[in-house]
Amino acid sequence: MKLNGSQLICESLLLEGVESVFGLPGGAILPLYQTLPEYPDLKHILVRHEQGASHAADGFARVSGKPGVAWATSGPGATNLVTGIATAQMDSVPMVLITGQVPRAAIGSDAFQETDTTGITLPVTKHNYLVMDANEIPQIIKEAFHIASTGRPGPVLIDVPKDVQTEETEFDSATFKEEYQNIKINLPGYKPTLEGNIAQIKRAVKLIEDSEKPIILAGHGIIFSDAYQELKELAEKAQIPVITTLLGISSFPQTHVLSAGWPGMHGMAYSSLAIEQSDLLIALGMRFDDRITGKPSTFARKSKKIHVDIDPSEISKNIKVDVPIVGDVKHVLKELNPLINNKTHSKWLQEIESLKIDHPSLQIRNTEKLLPQYVVKSLDEVTKGDAIIVTGVGQHQMWAAQHYTYTEPKTFVTSGGSGAMGYEVPGAMGAQVARPDKTVWSIAGDGGFQMTMAELATLVENKIPVKFAILNNNFLGMVRQWQEFFFNKDYVATQYSKNPNFVKLAEAFGMLGIKVTEKKQVKPAIQKAMDYDGPALIDFIVEEEENVYPMIPAGQSVENLIEEPKPKKALSS
Amino acid sequence: MIQNTLSKHTITALVQDKPGVLNRISSMFRRRGFNISSLAVGQSESENLSRMTFVVDGDDKVVEQVTKHLHKLIDVMKVVDISEENIISRELALIKVKAGADNRDQVMQIASMFRANIIDVSKEFLLVEATGDENKINSLINLLGDIGVSEVMRTGSVAMNRASNRNGKKSKQSKLLNRKWEEAASV
Repeated sequence: MKLNGSQLICESLLLEGVESVFGLPGGAILPLYQTLPEYPDLKHILVRHEQGASHAADGFARVSGKPGVAWATSGPGATNLVTGIATAQMDSVPMVLITGQVPRAAIGSDAFQETDTTGITLPVTKHNYLVMDANEIPQIIKEAFHIASTGRPGPVLIDVPKDVQTEETEFDSATFKEEYQNIKINLPGYKPTLEGNIAQIKRAVKLIEDSEKPIILAGHGIIFSDAYQELKELAEKAQIPVITTLLGISSFPQTHVLSAGWPGMHGMAYSSLAIEQSDLLIALGMRFDDRITGKPSTFARKSKKIHVDIDPSEISKNIKVDVPIVGDVKHVLKELNPLINNKTHSKWLQEIESLKIDHPSLQIRNTEKLLPQYVVKSLDEVTKGDAIIVTGVGQHQMWAAQHYTYTEPKTFVTSGGSGAMGYEVPGAMGAQVARPDKTVWSIAGDGGFQMTMAELATLVENKIPVKFAILNNNFLGMVRQWQEFFFNKDYVATQYSKNPNFVKLAEAFGMLGIKVTEKKQVKPAIQKAMDYDGPALIDFIVEEEENVYPMIPAGQSVENLIEEPKPKKALSS
Repeated sequence: MIQNTLSKHTITALVQDKPGVLNRISSMFRRRGFNISSLAVGQSESENLSRMTFVVDGDDKVVEQVTKHLHKLIDVMKVVDISEENIISRELALIKVKAGADNRDQVMQIASMFRANIIDVSKEFLLVEATGDENKINSLINLLGDIGVSEVMRTGSVAMNRASNRNGKKSKQSKLLNRKWEEAASV
């Protein structure tokens, strides 16, 4: 039987190992939808808004390591995907997106639900395609998965006109599998460098040998290249403390004796100070984001810098480095580690330890009030640090990063570079679909949660048992904090004075809803939500004007670090 | 008038001749805030491949980023910053000069000094066609400006390394071509 465009899409996706697709139908993608019943192995999860589909595909990819797949119709369907695509692009998350497009003959005529999808998504995708011939579909899908998941990963979009989806092709269902496997990827302009330059690696080894105060700065690249063992080996062999970026959290066990927190705007003070005092920074699969460097000219002034990254354009983009190594961090570390001699840095490790004692960033005030930090700490205790944590963006995100203990890779899922509020609901959905065996907790803000909470219906409908902890302070908390610090507490448009009743909302969606207003209710509520068979939500009514500490204000240096005001009473951890 | 400054870099790129490639490139320049001073595109020696010449404003750091980001585009095969090399750079300009019977001679004289051609004559206008590097075209337009330039159309520079045959197989023809260019470049 000859296959048509839609069948080619489904067959190709299955051959790429795709099991789940997040999407929402519409006119221009209907032929593809009507083909789905022929492919029961391709599980479709019907979302309530296309942003949910792209964020869910992103969450799926971050947790599974495989490209997430989402699709939508033309026009508004495609534009609704964009926030999720931009989020994936900023954090280098592999994704393949398929959008319906108006029929070929109508392109450019401002037809109903026509939009220039490839034009709109061009700056937020790693690459995109407009398919003008159904026979090209297998080649394009194969290339798309290759581009999305190799080199520096990223989202790839394929725009498929409606009549291309119905067009009969020369491919036959009986022989397609073999034909697909024989397709050669022909991308002469795309050859990611995997192996690091050996001369550069030797220069890096020399710097590491000579260093008294080295620090490893581990980023998202460690997670995507699966280089945990190599990172650990380097750290342990040369006794180098490991600081991670926000997205690098979970690339190195936080319980490890060499783990030295994460730095930057809301990172631990001792981590930022250690970077400041180091004489060598070994940056692995990270990109010197402004949230880490603050003012670039004052960042790690005393240190030499080694930068390993697969993307040459990240080298010396934000921070000038001494030894750049372009390559896959796993490959590079495999070359580098054997050249490193065993070393100790006990004096340096002690210095960091005393920085940690002098600047205790993660202490929680001893009070009867319900503090958001306490909620996160309790989650850590009740789940024994074994859950996958997904967050939105803002204060709750920082507290989730600070007060939970991450020991396993791919357990902290957050929109870092893009900072997309609303990620917490669909992102958690994708994470749970990727790992049905794990408990997924979405630590949410009351602001972001309301942006995407329509997906609760998707969770209930598909029995996806995500648990939500809303740190509800009736404010857009992080913006409020900026207003408090930098705008004389002038709280313009940040208070949500009439937040909905989240418990009733949960019940309306068919979930378990629990409201928590007191400290003593926290742990029992968490346990109850975990024991519940299905998605559940806890509305934690927390201190409204709580701030995230420490803080290095945007564009400033570590000298401007604001630490938590000293409490009057004794501390508890 | 645009002056040649040290911050101008010439970059060539070999790109796939596909719909939307120019858009991908210009979109990247716009998004990253890079300034294109001129851009010329045309078919290359290989089928389905175009060669682009960019003249880019910016210091070394900017230009390094430009080349890396160009190279990051899937449809871009090869990027070379040839500014530091021994290059020949040429552009074509069409210049419409307001000149009647009384100053036609003057225009023709200037044109001949620049080895430019008069390609159209009417009662009130002369159309001058000139090739050369950016500086030469700038000076020509400057001089003609005193007479009265009513319209200028420039292609933007195309550039090539003099030692273009890096694989060592210099054909007779290319040697000849090289000599011709050297002569032309001495103007």
